[in-house]
Amino acid sequence: MTGRAKTVGQVIAVAAVVGLLALLGWKLAFGDGSGAAGALAGGDNPVAPDFTLPRIDAEGGELRFSSLKGKAVVVNFWASWCIPCKDEAPELQKTYERYRNQGLVVLGVDAKDFRQDGKRFLERFGLTYPVVDDGRGSTLGKWGVRGFPETFFVNREGRLVGEVIEGGIDLERNRERYAEGIRLALGDSK
Amino acid sequence: MIRLVVAAVATLVLVGSAGAAGRPVQADLEAEIVCPTCKTTLDQSNAPIAVRMKIYIRDRIAAGDSAGEIKAQLVDQFGPGVLAEPPKRGFDLLAWLLPIGAVVIGAVVVGALALTWSRRRDAATDHEEPDLDPEIERRLDMELERFEE
Repeated sequence: MTGRAKTVGQVIAVAAVVGLLALLGWKLAFGDGSGAAGALAGGDNPVAPDFTLPRIDAEGGELRFSSLKGKAVVVNFWASWCIPCKDEAPELQKTYERYRNQGLVVLGVDAKDFRQDGKRFLERFGLTYPVVDDGRGSTLGKWGVRGFPETFFVNREGRLVGEVIEGGIDLERNRERYAEGIRLALGDSK
Repeated sequence: MIRLVVAAVATLVLVGSAGAAGRPVQADLEAEIVCPTCKTTLDQSNAPIAVRMKIYIRDRIAAGDSAGEIKAQLVDQFGPGVLAEPPKRGFDLLAWLLPIGAVVIGAVVVGALALTWSRRRDAATDHEEPDLDPEIERRLDMELERFEE
């Protein structure tokens, strides 16, 4: 091999190694996959990630999350095949009915699911709050959803507050944090 | 009689093969579709959504849908990540072409290196000159002369 070819080969090899190291560094610094939930757990109140998805509730059409700014929002990620999601659904409906006059919206995100199954789920449990279809799971990474169900609280400024509730909101261990999340989302300082 | 039997067997084989080509096979589709929550193919998963997708595939086959139609429906619902193999079109085509390109480039590089080394060795052989001590060379000439006599 000529000296020049050898030098070019060495430069390419070094560039490849540097590139891989840079990728690794970027992944460690920014790609932990914890999304907004990770920032919230770290003590921040990040802006809730925006999305536009088709609705599967009776209203139809599309829903852009940022259009809910000015309202308190309980965002519930679920799927029809998830058993705890069935258990908590009536509680979410009760929350919607109880607080909607105070400007609170419950928003369901049906993820990794058949939309027809999602629609049947709404009918079965008599859910009337807005629900969007995210079969591709495009929102999960940005929000930092790790499983179903998971529930987030967004205040009137569009920022995440409280704690992310992993598992059903109807579970005893989650009841207090659920009530606290609603209180913070509504901006109730009591 | 023999002709009749041969014709019957040939007809059965043809009908069977035509059916296999046209009607999707559940097991084949389960090996080509990925469970969206566990990221393994459906035939390797018992996750709730994987079980639901298997039922969906079974129902669509019964309804007469082709394999392509069933895959398209699942991609529409869950996105292209649901396919175990990326489609051979658009940007996804790169996933197929890049490995082939890498092999071709690798072969070209190895070939070029082999050619370079081969030429260098030939050149070195052509220009090789014995580096003998003058005394040894003189003795060698003498021995050769004696040998020729």
